[in-house]
Amino acid sequence: MRRTHVKSVLAGAAVLAVLTACSTDDSGGGSDTAGNDTAEQETEGSSDEWFVQADYDEQMEQMSATFSGPEDQPWLQYIEGPTTDTSQWATQESQKVCFANASISNPWRQTGWITMNQQLEVLQESKVISEMETRDAGDDDNQQIADIDYFISEGNCDVFIISPNSTAALTPAVERACETGKPVIVFDRGVETDCAATFIHPIGGYAWGIATAEFLVDNLEEGDKVVALRILPGVDVLETRWAAAEKIFEENGIEAVDYFTEANPETIKSIITDEITKGDVAGVWMDAGDGAVAAIEAFEDQGVDYPVMTGEDEMSFLRKWEETGLNGLAPVYSNFQWRTPLLAVEMIAKGEPVPTEWVLPQVPITEEERAAFLEANDGMPDGHYAKFGGEDLPGYPEVWQERQIP
Amino acid sequence: MTSPTAPTAPSAPDRPPVVRRPAGLTSTGIVLVILAVAVVAGAVLTAIEGRNFFSTGNLRDILTITSTLGLIAIGQTLVILVGSLDLSVPFVASLTGVIAAGIMAGETGNVPLALVVALGLAALIGLVNGLVVSLLRVHGFIATLGMGLIISGYIATNYQGSHGSAPRSFRLIGISFIGPIPVSTLLMLGCALLAIVLLRRTRVGHHLYAVGGNAEVARLSGVRTWVPVVTAHVLCSLLAGFAGLLLLARLSVGNPTIGSQGQYDLMSIAAVVLGGTLLAGGKGHITGTIAGVAIFAVMDNVMGALQTDPFLRDVVRGAVIVAAVAVYARREIDRRPARFDAPSPARRRA
Amino acid sequence: MSTPTVPYRSTTVPQHQHGLAGRVAASVSTPGGAVFVLAFALLVATIFANSNFGDPGYLIRFLGRTAPIAIAAIGQYYVIVSGEFDLSMGAVIAAQVVIAGDYIGDDQSRIVPGLVLMLALGAFIGLVNGLLTTLLRVPSFIVTLATMLALAGLVRYLSGGAASGYPHDDLRQLGRGVVENVPVVEVLPYPLIILGVLCVAAVWLMRRPFGRTLVAVGDNPDAAHVKGARVWWVKTRAFMISSLAATVAGILLVGSAGVHPSVGQGYEFRAITAVVLGGVVLGGGRGWVLSAVAGAFALEQLFTLLTVLEVDSTWRDSVQGVIIIAAVAVAARAWTVGRRPSPKAPPPEPARPASVTYEPTPGTPPEQPTPGANTGGN
Repeated sequence: MRRTHVKSVLAGAAVLAVLTACSTDDSGGGSDTAGNDTAEQETEGSSDEWFVQADYDEQMEQMSATFSGPEDQPWLQYIEGPTTDTSQWATQESQKVCFANASISNPWRQTGWITMNQQLEVLQESKVISEMETRDAGDDDNQQIADIDYFISEGNCDVFIISPNSTAALTPAVERACETGKPVIVFDRGVETDCAATFIHPIGGYAWGIATAEFLVDNLEEGDKVVALRILPGVDVLETRWAAAEKIFEENGIEAVDYFTEANPETIKSIITDEITKGDVAGVWMDAGDGAVAAIEAFEDQGVDYPVMTGEDEMSFLRKWEETGLNGLAPVYSNFQWRTPLLAVEMIAKGEPVPTEWVLPQVPITEEERAAFLEANDGMPDGHYAKFGGEDLPGYPEVWQERQIP
Repeated sequence: MTSPTAPTAPSAPDRPPVVRRPAGLTSTGIVLVILAVAVVAGAVLTAIEGRNFFSTGNLRDILTITSTLGLIAIGQTLVILVGSLDLSVPFVASLTGVIAAGIMAGETGNVPLALVVALGLAALIGLVNGLVVSLLRVHGFIATLGMGLIISGYIATNYQGSHGSAPRSFRLIGISFIGPIPVSTLLMLGCALLAIVLLRRTRVGHHLYAVGGNAEVARLSGVRTWVPVVTAHVLCSLLAGFAGLLLLARLSVGNPTIGSQGQYDLMSIAAVVLGGTLLAGGKGHITGTIAGVAIFAVMDNVMGALQTDPFLRDVVRGAVIVAAVAVYARREIDRRPARFDAPSPARRRA
Repeated sequence: MSTPTVPYRSTTVPQHQHGLAGRVAASVSTPGGAVFVLAFALLVATIFANSNFGDPGYLIRFLGRTAPIAIAAIGQYYVIVSGEFDLSMGAVIAAQVVIAGDYIGDDQSRIVPGLVLMLALGAFIGLVNGLLTTLLRVPSFIVTLATMLALAGLVRYLSGGAASGYPHDDLRQLGRGVVENVPVVEVLPYPLIILGVLCVAAVWLMRRPFGRTLVAVGDNPDAAHVKGARVWWVKTRAFMISSLAATVAGILLVGSAGVHPSVGQGYEFRAITAVVLGGVVLGGGRGWVLSAVAGAFALEQLFTLLTVLEVDSTWRDSVQGVIIIAAVAVAARAWTVGRRPSPKAPPPEPARPASVTYEPTPGTPPEQPTPGANTGGN
């Protein structure tokens, strides 16, 4: 606390000093650069914790890897590698699936959850799955650990599917689930154990950061300013996106300032407006695209040129991107991965081998492809994700259009 | 402490008549009745789903969730009794968790040091809260909201993602059970007992009620009002810190957002009020708070078993909070005009 | 908004002080006046740090974008001054934003019925909050916390977590549009005009018997009751005003920010902070409505200053926390120091209403220690 207090008092004092002694600070530019230096040092120090060169290199490689599997079903594609032998679990019985979900508290998770339930319908029809019991942890690690323990003792589960709320904290609970001898399927965020039958995820956060930052670097000049809009600190899949992007920006002389916005469009708009007022903003980078429209509208309302921008495959961004014709890219954190765990249940029940680490493709949507995705998702709500991958499932498109959360 | 002395005769035209309940049923009694109803309803609903509400696994689930919120709610009760509030508890819990995990670094030998530092820090935060509230005369709402922001900034700057790790010996606290009862729940109940002793048997406990009931009168009768306020805040932060350590034992790593994840600030206040404690202070019991926490836990457990839509759960929570508090809120009002609650009954006679 | 003297002249300055300078000095020495100084100081600091922020065109837009939080603060002021809390604001805003997106959508003919629906819903929520608080005697902190949970959950349940899209541009103009070709400031944002109208209305309302009773009720419900005020109805109306203010803020935000489930998030705490920064006392009975508006400006100006100074994003919360506590601590001093000494008013005698000497009239801030105002440091 002592340290907390001293530090925060210092931070407060810095502001107060400017308030009270603004007369000593005659040049705005001077204070600007001073502020810049400290900000950069601090962020540099803090992102080190997240940057793992080996993971960065691996994902960089995976971005250009060849994916095996059915051409038209990206949710079944994978990179060749070690597989898990599942013959011990082969069965004719219908399986009871227990799903410990982190939450459905954001549009991305909601879209995926809808897709997952439509996939479930198909597999229930074919008698692969008898029932899926779901516990929603409401973004709380403690709750999710309790949920998994509940499933272990009370759930009567044949298969566990776990979408962890956070990586390290959920590891012991996932290990306990593995100790039951039943297959465990982990997807989206990972855990620090390889006891799961399969860990399903798109390439990852570094790949997102690399794709977006390289796009901005290619389209901007050295010395240009990029405003980075981040949701919140401390979430690994988001932190790795920024860690990779920040590294690339630094290497290429792009000046980047980052803000936490909690995806709140009002906050985003204020920040962008103030940044435009401070000086030219050439690019906008986002670690998740919802709220992108507010950023674009800030440029419109200030009457300045659109920035080069990266958003996400969320419909509101795709629509605004087309409408404005700005130079942009929609990175993708493949939403269709929500189907894969249930399809993995089917493979496991059949005794087919599954990739131990099931890396799904993660391909950004470029300007050329945009029109096709807009057409394919016509009528979908703004919070829908273009690469949701549920076009062949029952209920398409009404269920997604109506956003029927089960 | 005492039964309401104010005439509750329904004299004023703007109020429907107050139903007088049997004098024996205290607010804590009502809460326990509500808890019993919740348990019965829960058992029935769970049985309809084909589950056993009283199975070991299910009881463990309920009790585990009770322990963290319970600890924080005990502290919150003390602070509310003395007429303040603490909105910084989630951040204190997060902070102690990451700090302790960092010091432990997976070594059993470091545990004592980690506990001392983490709890010392929590106490210090409580001390600052208490002094700001009592000496600087900043409302508890603002003082602790501000403190929460300060801590959250510190955490966000220094800890991104998981930090440190707890050794297995320490994690045992989080995963050990005596029968169906988790050790963490026993620890929480132990703290509850201590708090009850503090309130019933000690001078500072009595002063806590006195200051919460009417600070001016307490001051005029020679109570140094800042002492109970600071004590309550220190204890509240300590308990929140303790809850953070329990969470660390469950999670095995320090998680910088664990406190906010559990929404412990507002939920603990809701549990305290659900337990029959007057939000304006001066009246209430730890037993009621524990029952309030248990009601939430049973409710969540049943909705989990029923696989209720996560969004609808909040609707149910909200409705239950208001309904339960409304059951006894009307009879709890005495003549003191309070800062948070409804106006006291009219003094003019019909 | 920049002339702090007007609202105070009649409400706070002791009668025996004369002259404009004296009045201004007396005003700024109270918390409600000091917030104008704080807002101005923050503005000056921002402009010194970067002169672009002193551009009239920027300033007027800044005021425009602050309108939603300022309007929310006005609403919250009514509830707080009556001694209550409204934590449901953020949820009300979120609900209204989703209604705008889902009900009005791209259908121009639905704009007017949609607005009527939203306002009616806002009034209804306030009515429910008020009745639960006053008739069922549930503390407003708990009632509005429950409303917050229930409403947010319900809206997300019904909408599937997010609205389907942006509503018609004509509706969004309310929050996004500007009057062009205004001298000096170039443009005049609609939200600022709406805020101005609401400020006038708020000041007018506070001078009406309703406003005076409201302050009296917040200061001492017993005494107010003695005077024959229908406490439950006065407070219920305050809750309705608060929810309606949140509704208006929501309508403006649909235009200025857009449609997203997180719009309105945290508005309850921001509004309460703004009101408290404005020197309004939690627990009721003291404070001026325009100071709450100034508090909102000060808060937003602080965020801008942090951006201008490039305070590290993770530290922003901490700085905000320090400033809130400091501002309120200073205000707490000012209330005790700055008040005009006067003989203690005798405690209200229930049996003899005539002996209630103080009234919620201008110039006579309640001197009597509020019995409930204990350690919370009113």
